[in-house]
Amino acid sequence: MFIFKLLLKNAFRHKLRTLLTMVGLVVAISAFGLLRTIVDAWYAGVEGTSSTRLITRSAISVGQPLPRYYAERIRKIEGVSGVTWANWFGGIYLDRRNFFARFAVDGPSYFAIYPEYQVSDAERIAFMADRQGAIIGRDLAQRFGWQVGDTIPLSGTIYPGNWSFTIRGIYASPDPNTDESIMLMHWSLLSENLRKRLGSTAAEQVALYVVGISDPSRASAISQDIDALFRNSTAETKTETEKSFQLGMVAMSQTVLMAIRAVSFVVVLIIMAVMANTMTMTARERLAEYATLKALGFSPAFVVKLLFGESLMIAVIGGAMGMALTFPLTAAFMQQTGTLFKVFEVSQTTLLYQALAALVVGLLAAAWPAWKMSRIDIVQGLRHVA
Amino acid sequence: MSTASDDTLIRIDHLTKTYSRGGQPIPVLMDINLEVRRAEFVSLMGPSGSGKSTLLNLIAGIDQPTSGTIQIAGVDIATLDETALADWRAANVGFIFQFYNLMPVLTAYENVELPLLLTNLTRKQRKAHVEATLEMVRLADRMDHYPNELSGGQQQRVAIARALVTDPTLIVADEPTGDLDRATGEEVLALMDELHHDLGKTIVMVTHDPKAASRASRMIHLEKGVLVDDPADAH
Repeated sequence: MFIFKLLLKNAFRHKLRTLLTMVGLVVAISAFGLLRTIVDAWYAGVEGTSSTRLITRSAISVGQPLPRYYAERIRKIEGVSGVTWANWFGGIYLDRRNFFARFAVDGPSYFAIYPEYQVSDAERIAFMADRQGAIIGRDLAQRFGWQVGDTIPLSGTIYPGNWSFTIRGIYASPDPNTDESIMLMHWSLLSENLRKRLGSTAAEQVALYVVGISDPSRASAISQDIDALFRNSTAETKTETEKSFQLGMVAMSQTVLMAIRAVSFVVVLIIMAVMANTMTMTARERLAEYATLKALGFSPAFVVKLLFGESLMIAVIGGAMGMALTFPLTAAFMQQTGTLFKVFEVSQTTLLYQALAALVVGLLAAAWPAWKMSRIDIVQGLRHVA
Repeated sequence: MSTASDDTLIRIDHLTKTYSRGGQPIPVLMDINLEVRRAEFVSLMGPSGSGKSTLLNLIAGIDQPTSGTIQIAGVDIATLDETALADWRAANVGFIFQFYNLMPVLTAYENVELPLLLTNLTRKQRKAHVEATLEMVRLADRMDHYPNELSGGQQQRVAIARALVTDPTLIVADEPTGDLDRATGEEVLALMDELHHDLGKTIVMVTHDPKAASRASRMIHLEKGVLVDDPADAH
């Protein structure tokens, strides 16, 4: 109890210095948490993948289209329970900043393979009946305040022209990892447009196939069967699990993610240096006090405890405040980025890492001054006063 | 060599202390032989650099001799390791410093309680000891005050209470009045007189001040690391 009181009084002896150090810790720990949450959010799509879905795309690159007729051939492969396809639609809604994912899909087969996209029967029927209809995710609807019946004008980018879609349904999912910020429209409408402008070859192309399988343990074998089917053709395929495909997409941003990770650790290193400086100054100022304590009979270990205790106390308070601040910070960040990330939540792992970072900062910052002070010569230390 | 008697508390034989500065050995104390009896009040005097503070530090066990022995109540403290020496100091030595060396974040009460944390006393027992000691130095009414709320003389009285609270065998004082004005210094010396006469404490005090030194029952002079003019030698 006495030592705790002493630690507390020592920690706040120089209130401004301690306060500024704590502010630095709060900023560093919350920034660390935010950056880790951003990295986590990048991988959230991977978490939302299904083991019963494969993605088949061009073996050359994901940007190369595949013939539409591949669907029928894939469907015949043993173990395949369904096939659907999609094209990345692109386009701009009013302003480039209003980014959200838009896919032209084959409605009936798409919803069969993505059962987590839950939409009412009435809305689904309305979507099927309207060639310009669209289904949007719940988050997207909330972001723009859209309702069923609203019109979404899109300025084409990949597919030129002014497009207009009517919202016929809003999907939601019980799985928190499901992306609810996607807009789906009819692939047939896109195909028809391409047929008119570019001819039938362009009209019968898809960006990728989503293949449903009934037995996840056969995913590798079925993938090989699909790719073997189109080997030596003009459009060879590459099939992989949905998770692997998503990881591949994330890997395309690997440099950015590495930079974010590096910055998150640099922030912690900086505050560690600041904190170490604070503790070193503290120890130097109290040289005579530590010498007095040792003269009175207190062991070097007691002096070590005082320094580590004080450092940890500052780190724990600053760290806890930083962790608490992470939540409103991520909420504000989420608000600014809209539906860019499917899931943007501070994970328990992130909180654990934040706590560990604060503790490591507290321990390492005190290590050098504690070692120095434990070895201080009493006579020299007492002369420090004189 | 001095001859030990039953009431000898401090016995120093052939003590030398040499510092090394820039590779050059600098002798500070040379072949010191000294005995201090129990309940003696000894003042160590001498010019600056004579080695009196070094001798006090060696007697208090906060410095190690280059050679020779220092026996305090029969214990050769020169042979103790750091941990054993720290335990020995906690149990046997009370320190009074020139600049008081109180913990600024602790109250007078807490400063006096500090050495008792190294004992097995309960909180209640510690409280009784601290209050009685503060009463003795006439600071019972200031026990909740922090050092910066006390005058220099009061701070030194708190330091004396801290030195006294564990009832040590020996009290060492390094220029206890050096930072005080004449009147306040007198009060502190009067208090040390009380410790000596009323409580029978053995005190070794370093001072520059002949008047302060005259309070002691025995004055020892050091010059250039050598004992000169020790009245005990005349006996």
